[in-house]
Amino acid sequence: MEEILKIEHLVKDFGTNKVLKDIDFSVYKGDVISIIGSSGSGKSTLLRCINMLEDATDGSILYHGKDILKGGVNEDAYRTRVGMVFQSFNLFNNYTVLENCIIGQRYALKRSKEEAREKAMMYLKRVGMDQYINAKPRQLSGGQKQRVAIARALAMDPEVLLFDEPTSALDPEMVGEVLDVMSDLAKTGMTMLVVTHEMAFARDVSSRVIFMSDGKIEEEGSPDEIFQNPKSERTKEFLSRFTNG
Amino acid sequence: MTLAEMNFFQRMLYILERYSGSLLRGAATTMAIAILCTALGCVIGFAVGLVQTIEPQKKDGAVKRGILKVIKFILNIYVEVFRGTPMMLQAAFIYYGASSLFNINLGMWTAAIIIVSVNTGAYMAETVRGGILSVDPGQKEGARAIGLTQSQSMLLVILPQALRNVMPQIGNNLIINIKDTCVLSIIGTVELFFTFRSISGALYTYFEAATITMAIYFILTFACSRILRWVESKMDGPSNFDLATTDMLAFTSGMTKYDEKKGGTH
Repeated sequence: MEEILKIEHLVKDFGTNKVLKDIDFSVYKGDVISIIGSSGSGKSTLLRCINMLEDATDGSILYHGKDILKGGVNEDAYRTRVGMVFQSFNLFNNYTVLENCIIGQRYALKRSKEEAREKAMMYLKRVGMDQYINAKPRQLSGGQKQRVAIARALAMDPEVLLFDEPTSALDPEMVGEVLDVMSDLAKTGMTMLVVTHEMAFARDVSSRVIFMSDGKIEEEGSPDEIFQNPKSERTKEFLSRFTNG
Repeated sequence: MTLAEMNFFQRMLYILERYSGSLLRGAATTMAIAILCTALGCVIGFAVGLVQTIEPQKKDGAVKRGILKVIKFILNIYVEVFRGTPMMLQAAFIYYGASSLFNINLGMWTAAIIIVSVNTGAYMAETVRGGILSVDPGQKEGARAIGLTQSQSMLLVILPQALRNVMPQIGNNLIINIKDTCVLSIIGTVELFFTFRSISGALYTYFEAATITMAIYFILTFACSRILRWVESKMDGPSNFDLATTDMLAFTSGMTKYDEKKGGTH
């Protein structure tokens, strides 16, 4: 299996607060990795470090063997290959749905107008938002916004998609539509790294689960291993809150 | 009938008959200076405001950081000085200062345009800085996360939204400029206020001339404020949007007509 990302000894401090302590793991092509853990365990920070939205304090993030933290890769070009979907959607408020999906292709990938439009329409159709191309983000519901955000990220044809708690800001009835889109995406072989609180998604859709606690990877394994046979006490305790409550 | 024998309305009519040409010319001058200088002021304000919001990057060296710091400091002085002193004095200072210190004759028009633009720019700089800071930081992260560069994110995503945020303040500045160009009469610019002083000086009809001039100022400012409101609503786009139904699959059921003779369910 082709290794896309390799994270080694990753450390992130915010002042004296150590948020990530020595994180190690790899992302292979076709992986769907769910990162679970309680709030404050460093899950989102890890994702933001991988997308270079935060500067890691120490360690390395190898993208196809080149360290992105040591300037081995052009930052902007790297981000077109490693897409990100945010908890708060971050759709561009000044553009329509279609323009949101086109702008990155036009300016970062220098695609032609026609090609960009075609790609955008294809992915908007896939997430079921092709009827809303003329709408502005403020006219959409949360679930619709997140689907557009996923289409926007997909339109760049990334190698890996990072999802930072994509359903945490949604009303319960809208969570399903976004998870459906993500499950379909996983089936197409997209490489995904998902920080989530949706245990059903982590158990049923992902190929690997990482449980984070206190800035460290406490346990890593297949969904069955983590959910049926957790080894660490902390994992057991965390999961029991979901199964019993 | 002499002026003294006329009543208020007759005197107003008399002024309008004799001076409508100069009043219109004065109003046109006032509007031209106000619009041009607000536009130039916005350009200055956006440039200065933009620089003020630049954060040093982690990879920038000490030299780059130092230069940025110095530029920011100079711009701060500019903003504080021009906001903190009366424009009337700035006009006198620049116009007379240029000729006596540097022996440059700026010319009344150049001086007028420089003074009002630079003054507006100082106010706009702070407004634009606020406008940029009030755009949700998530917008920038969204732009950077799909691979847009720092400047592309700024130009395509942040600035258009910041411009929308500061539109009410641009309108405000235009209206202030329409009224405040009257201080340019100190360097002899023949604008609306200068016309008022000439008329009232010639005829000794202060009350009537002031009434007419005030009415003209009000018409100008009111028209501008309405036009800018309209521009703002245009920028927001329609509150409704069309669903895209050009997809032929969506037409299949609606396009066929019911045929009475043949019957059928459709």
